[in-house]
Amino acid sequence: MLGKAGVGGGGGTKAPKPSFVSYVRPEEIHTNEKEVTEKEVALHLLPGEQLLCEANTVLKYVQEDSCQRGVYGRLVCTDFKIAFLSDDESTLDNDETQFKNKVVGENDITLHCVDQIYGVFDEKKKTLFGQLKKYPEKLIIHCKDLRVFHFCLRYTKEEEVKRIVSGIIHHTQAPKLLKRLFLFSYATAAQNNAATESRNHTVMFDTPEDWCWELERTKGSMKYKAVSVNEDYKISDRLPAYFVVPTPLPEEDVQRFQGHGIPIWCWSYHNGSALLKMSALPKEQDDGVLQIQKNFLDGIYKIIHRPPYEIVKTEDLSCNFLSLQEIQSAYCKFKQLFLIGEKNAETNAPVSCLSSLFRRCLKKAIEITACMDAQNMNILLLEENASDLCCLLSSLVQVMMDPHCRTRTGFQSLIQKEWVMGGHCFLDRCNHLRQSDKEEVPVFLLFLDCVWQLVQQHPPAFEFTETYLTVLSDSLYIPIFSTFFFNSPHQKDTNMGKESLYIQSKPLTLLTVWDWSVQFEPKAQTLLRNPLYVEKPKLDKGQRKGTRLKHQRQLSLPLTQSKSSPKRGFFREETDHLIKNLLGKRISKLINSSDELQDNSREFYDNWHSKPADYHGLLLPHIEGPEIKVWAQRYLRWIPEAQILGGGRVATMSKLLEMMEEVQNLQEKINERHHSPEAARAEAPYLLRNSASARLSSLFPFALLQRHSSKPVLPTSGWKALGDEDDLAKREDEFVDLGDV
Amino acid sequence: MASASTSKYNSHSLENDSIKRMSQDGINQGLSESVPRLPGEILITDKEVIYICPFSGPIKGRVYITNYRLYLRSLETDSALILDVPLGVISRIEKMGGATSRGENSYGLDITCKDMRNLRFALKQEGHSRRDMFETLTRCAFPLAHSLPLFAFVNEEKFNVDGWTVYNPVEEYRRQGLPNHHWRITFINKCYELCDTYPALLVVPYRTSDDDLRRVATFRSRNRIPVLSWIHPENKTVIVRCSQPLVGMSGKRNKDDEKYLDVIRETNRQISKLTIYDARPSVNAVANKATGGGYESDDAYHNAELSFLDIHNIHVMRESLKKVKDIVYPNIEESHWLSSLESTHWLEHIKLVLTGAIQVADKVSSGKSSVLVHCSDGWDRTAQLTSLAMLMLDSFYRSIEGFEILVQKEWISFGHKFASRIGHGDKNHADADRSPIFLQFIDCVWQMSKQFPTAFEFNEHFLITILDHLYSCRFGTFLFNCESARERQKVTERTVSVWSLINSNKEKFKNPFYTKEINRVLYPVASMRHLELWVNYYIRWNPRIKQQQPNPVEQRYMELLALRDDYIKRLEELQLANSAKLSDPPTSPSSPSQMMPHVQTHF
Repeated sequence: MLGKAGVGGGGGTKAPKPSFVSYVRPEEIHTNEKEVTEKEVALHLLPGEQLLCEANTVLKYVQEDSCQRGVYGRLVCTDFKIAFLSDDESTLDNDETQFKNKVVGENDITLHCVDQIYGVFDEKKKTLFGQLKKYPEKLIIHCKDLRVFHFCLRYTKEEEVKRIVSGIIHHTQAPKLLKRLFLFSYATAAQNNAATESRNHTVMFDTPEDWCWELERTKGSMKYKAVSVNEDYKISDRLPAYFVVPTPLPEEDVQRFQGHGIPIWCWSYHNGSALLKMSALPKEQDDGVLQIQKNFLDGIYKIIHRPPYEIVKTEDLSCNFLSLQEIQSAYCKFKQLFLIGEKNAETNAPVSCLSSLFRRCLKKAIEITACMDAQNMNILLLEENASDLCCLLSSLVQVMMDPHCRTRTGFQSLIQKEWVMGGHCFLDRCNHLRQSDKEEVPVFLLFLDCVWQLVQQHPPAFEFTETYLTVLSDSLYIPIFSTFFFNSPHQKDTNMGKESLYIQSKPLTLLTVWDWSVQFEPKAQTLLRNPLYVEKPKLDKGQRKGTRLKHQRQLSLPLTQSKSSPKRGFFREETDHLIKNLLGKRISKLINSSDELQDNSREFYDNWHSKPADYHGLLLPHIEGPEIKVWAQRYLRWIPEAQILGGGRVATMSKLLEMMEEVQNLQEKINERHHSPEAARAEAPYLLRNSASARLSSLFPFALLQRHSSKPVLPTSGWKALGDEDDLAKREDEFVDLGDV
Repeated sequence: MASASTSKYNSHSLENDSIKRMSQDGINQGLSESVPRLPGEILITDKEVIYICPFSGPIKGRVYITNYRLYLRSLETDSALILDVPLGVISRIEKMGGATSRGENSYGLDITCKDMRNLRFALKQEGHSRRDMFETLTRCAFPLAHSLPLFAFVNEEKFNVDGWTVYNPVEEYRRQGLPNHHWRITFINKCYELCDTYPALLVVPYRTSDDDLRRVATFRSRNRIPVLSWIHPENKTVIVRCSQPLVGMSGKRNKDDEKYLDVIRETNRQISKLTIYDARPSVNAVANKATGGGYESDDAYHNAELSFLDIHNIHVMRESLKKVKDIVYPNIEESHWLSSLESTHWLEHIKLVLTGAIQVADKVSSGKSSVLVHCSDGWDRTAQLTSLAMLMLDSFYRSIEGFEILVQKEWISFGHKFASRIGHGDKNHADADRSPIFLQFIDCVWQMSKQFPTAFEFNEHFLITILDHLYSCRFGTFLFNCESARERQKVTERTVSVWSLINSNKEKFKNPFYTKEINRVLYPVASMRHLELWVNYYIRWNPRIKQQQPNPVEQRYMELLALRDDYIKRLEELQLANSAKLSDPPTSPSSPSQMMPHVQTHF
């Protein structure tokens, strides 16, 4: 791995290019100053981006097979990114990185993407932070997208080293004010060319119409209504301006506890059951206040627990489920051991830890799905602020239950609805402002990880590819998009709108991530679209009504239709339980913390899996241990040794695309024969096809050319103790004496 | 990759296929209409039992026992369960419960199978009802203990392809360009008098006389002298296999052996040293001196460089697989899957075997030096290493027939002790000689095919079929320990080869993505990041784990292939039509796009 400080010089036998230096020992590197000044690569700045500091003659290490090389260049730090500009132009042109990000280049690191910075002093690696007394000879930058950069500063002028190192440390690590985000400078500078049209029809949920549209789409409008009580954030700055509640709910109830204790609608299933969420009421000690709260909840409960509403089951996510600390520590361990711990890559303990997170999320989502689908229950997700695990679970359930959420626009709308408008604190959870490491929890990443499990288990069910998920996860750290840089819609609106510092004729318009053309050329965007996805066959309008019902019945799978549907008389008891829960007196905390699915959902799960999957219907993941995998494309893409050259899933996928093209060509030929021979040929070239001649790596489209030769990579770690098998290990295969000695 | 089981429960997938095939061929379905039978298969007994399915609970059924299989048909109307188990997979039959046992279904038989499952049957307690079943099963599953023939010798199946002709050593060596100036074919072992566990035909250095070979044989364990397995077509470096040298405690030397290795080294006219890979951990190699074995020391072999590959012995592998079974059958260890898997060490063993093979392949491919591979006797780990390295180096072996030749050559002809390792028809289930070495090799092949999904002509079903018949005793291919024993038993005359079954129905075993690439060396990544448990084999009995079949990418690809063929046909038709009425303008009234099914994909 790149991580080792000592540079192995052994294999550097290839003829170096003029400014490629085969790195054997530092003394042997001849700095060719002339060359350096001759070929300056221009720094590309975004609108509003400013150069802060720079250093010349920096050597960036490039790992190639078992040897390391260096390439000279300029290291710069702007208020948007750290960038390395190679002196050697050829390295820029030769690599044909077809899957190029237009905003963040191969050697760019946005300031928000920086995870840890290390310095090497006399072969020792130390974390860098704050004011430095001594400046390192080597700078190592670990990124949140898991890239690792090594820069050698030995040939850089001392004052430049000081400037660049302290500059980088300051601009990536010092706490920042929201107003200082690059987002605002960019929006101000790029005001005139804000693109709004190509959002791919993603529903943003910032108008009452969007919510009504969603209610109509899910047939929830019978029982739920969109409200605008929180317009201008009069009631709560945690809630969006518009949201949906049960129709009979009086609007003053919403105001009572600033939106706490209110069931808020997320989504309705075609059988009428709905997914609701609620942020818990503030914890109170005072008995009087408790009584008031109890009465309030009683009232709320009465509304949602009588027909036409389904039976409500409360899922209290603050107990019996993951804690944010668990998520944080699992991802940390994973990062440390799996990626950064140099020689530890051969143990799967941290992977095991992470997989168990995925399993628990998927399991919970299955349980909720089972209740909604098989038992026609409403699910009320309860969490302190209803903006972390609530977002995770409600969106996961919708991906599984609603095929619309498996299209690209549907998925994007879902993220808008549940995460962006749902008030997930992206700013804090990603620690964009570097204000508190404790708050940094990759909840959204966990969601993407879970969706990835579904994508890899049911590839034809999704319109988007894993590459889409990977670039979406990368977009978390690009501060030109507003999507992931606010804690709530309130925060966004107040900072860009009327009260903004920038007193201008019109409020700032910020870009959204969903405008993928900002990051990728159309050619590259084809890689985000899954060729295996087949749109739901559209039926004629006449047919539609009749068949739709039939189709729905097929969807609601197992026949565990609550055999004896619980009588309404039991509810009193349930109510008490619910209220106890809501009030935080959690008595039965450990009732069901087992890892197994509960009986009901187990049957549901087995039943579903025993039938062929309907990719346009309900979709359940496999949660058996062997089925949970690691998202190799995201996590291994920068590790050259992890690549399978000419192998992996890409190999079959490119064959598939080749064949698709062949079929299409034939189709056109046949058309030509029937019509005029000049029939226009509209054809979008595939990246995969173009590079099919070259051997693709399993990590395509990332890390395309990091390994040039086909030398095998041998794992380094040796054999671990067998433990109790030692006796056997010492035995001979066959007990036969081979004769006298 | 697809495996072909379509039945609801994972009954023996392979057997279902054979049933279908048989009825196609019009071979008799048997008098008792309910049991499929192979020609030569005889129904012996049937009985009503309760099959205790670990996944769906007790199922009432009728069990039929023939001299080849145990067949169970459910008597319950709502269950489509069928069990079809060749008796060859049975490793152990135990009685459970006594005549006085209480509790439901506590009295019966528990059958342990070699293919990662157990079968439990409950019987009625009265009238020694299970004695008959127990005795019939024991007799038919372990025929060797009752002086009965293995089913392969009774099987009268006929195929239109003869699998025994697949491997012809002379042809295979000729394909490799042998003999040449440096290597010759010797018949010194024609009657197995030099080495009774080696094949009759051997390839040895041209310069070494048969007398020299005899002297070398005295210094190699069980006379398994170094002989050529594979030669690089361009740089002429070779892979040579043998057993350990008989160095012993006193550190004996043998001038002939030393000279012989030097001759091997010189055959490719390189000055570099000969690389010796001892597959064992060095501790074991040292320990072997105590029983007369050992390894090539630096002092004795100046021109050789020895490394140990740290692959463990057959006992470690057996225990490791046992632990794998513990975590996957009947229930998959749920909550700590990865750590449980890690504790079996199975993948770690796979990693070491693959890593060793990569090293062998790399040495030879880079032309750095020739390689000599051995372990203790040179029939377990050595076979794994040479055959995997050859698979990496030579794309021929990645075709269906090529792979059959590879197995036939490196495993069967060079005396991997299939009979001892598998225990065909033998009741001694605890025999320390049993070990899943060949399974481990197939697992490594699967790992490679998983990493390079377009590089192999065969699919996963092919590998699983081979493993199924490794145990089934329906074919003669994997019976006995060595070629000389097979010759004595006239196996090729008296039994059918498994390759007959496969080659007469090749389409089913083909990987649609196969892209022939000659001269491409295939290096798998032997890292834990990429190695995974072969779920479709080890956990195939669990209905919960059933993979989507066939895999969606493959399915779509097949659809496209069919569509392409259809279009090509149409195009040809159109061309014909056009040339027929050349003068007429095209007057086709209906648009072709209306007639043709549209490809449901975005272009």
